[in-house]
Amino acid sequence: MSEPAFHITIDGVQIAARPGQTIMEAADEAGIYIPRLCDHEGLRHQGSCRVCTVKAGGRSVSACTQPAAPGLVVENETPHMVKLRRDLVEMLFHEGNHLCPICEASGNCELQAMAYRLGLTAPSRFPFLQPTRPLDASHPDIALDTNRCITCGRCIRASQDVDHKGVFGYVGRGIHRRVAVNGPDLAHTDAAITDHAISAEVCPVGCIIRKRVGFRIPIGEREFDAALIGEEIEEHRDD
Amino acid sequence: MIEDRKPRIATVSLAGCFGCHMALLDIDERLMALMKLVEFDRSPLTDIKTFTRRCDIGIIEGGCCNEENVEVLREFRRHCDVLVAIGQCAIMGGLPAMRNAIMHSDAALRECLEEAYITGPYIRNTGHAIPNDPALPLLLDKVYPCSDVVEIDHQIPGCAPSGDIIFAALTGLLSGKFRGFDPHLIRFD
Repeated sequence: MSEPAFHITIDGVQIAARPGQTIMEAADEAGIYIPRLCDHEGLRHQGSCRVCTVKAGGRSVSACTQPAAPGLVVENETPHMVKLRRDLVEMLFHEGNHLCPICEASGNCELQAMAYRLGLTAPSRFPFLQPTRPLDASHPDIALDTNRCITCGRCIRASQDVDHKGVFGYVGRGIHRRVAVNGPDLAHTDAAITDHAISAEVCPVGCIIRKRVGFRIPIGEREFDAALIGEEIEEHRDD
Repeated sequence: MIEDRKPRIATVSLAGCFGCHMALLDIDERLMALMKLVEFDRSPLTDIKTFTRRCDIGIIEGGCCNEENVEVLREFRRHCDVLVAIGQCAIMGGLPAMRNAIMHSDAALRECLEEAYITGPYIRNTGHAIPNDPALPLLLDKVYPCSDVVEIDHQIPGCAPSGDIIFAALTGLLSGKFRGFDPHLIRFD
């Protein structure tokens, strides 16, 4: 690794950063976790979920897209930022139909794990929108339960950039924006179970379902049963 | 508390499965310590059907799926200082709320009832009718979380919540030191 070109400060801790790195990339290397949902290793940054919002130089920016700059002062885990992120995650829960007790992604779900980490337990101030959303089980190996989709777009980027297929894409605007498949249904697209976009780690929730493997992992051994999301990054923190 | 008495707890299961009441037993031997601190008023545990006195803590399992649930919940709000929603059904509707949106139907409740009593392949309902006795509480159009009906003070998440999180919440509330949960204890399933 080349010598660090400059330093930035996150919550009072000085960390090294290189030119071209985003705030989040520099923080990850230093073992400081910045919560994120739409950002995923190996995919291009999108900055749309805003869960990684930090205060950098006094302005609210998404840490996954904002380049680190020499001397930048970043607020990450302040009460204000934690509350903002908790509100964002709460709205994601209310916008779809997220029934954790019946969801096969429960325990491996990043949205749920983020709610745990941010302490989303207070009585809600937002209404549950309870939209009527379709289920697409046409494909022999894959099902889509869009009730759980948070429109992070990770499947879109994985399908376009990694699989070079473009199975998924955004349609609609604003609150009506949703992820759609490039065809009448999933069976009439190029989607294959071997696609990166279909792999278990790309969909952060339980929207993209690999058939015949649900509930295989017993409770207690699932990804977020033992540790909070982000603790794997915080493990290699220096101080 | 000026009066020299044990705090009183009332509990009820609305549109729930009694799993959260069962989960109270997962406190295990700490139940002994808890029983020394409190007494139970209206609750399925005591079989007391109506409030005898005002209670300090009301614990609600399940959301509201019929008019009786709403009436009981409002009664709890009137008679309890602190209302605690326990479990996902009370917090966000839970499994009964599957009838709200997931049916993909314009008349979700009717479709749900028809499948349950008339068209379902495994039913034995010789009358081929949806129960309609006046003694039955009227079903609501949707299943509502408790916080949609009355003001809820605290929520204990889980389906069902672990004994640890229930014990942490109750002892915290009883000592007046409840400041939220350890994130490692929080579960929505």
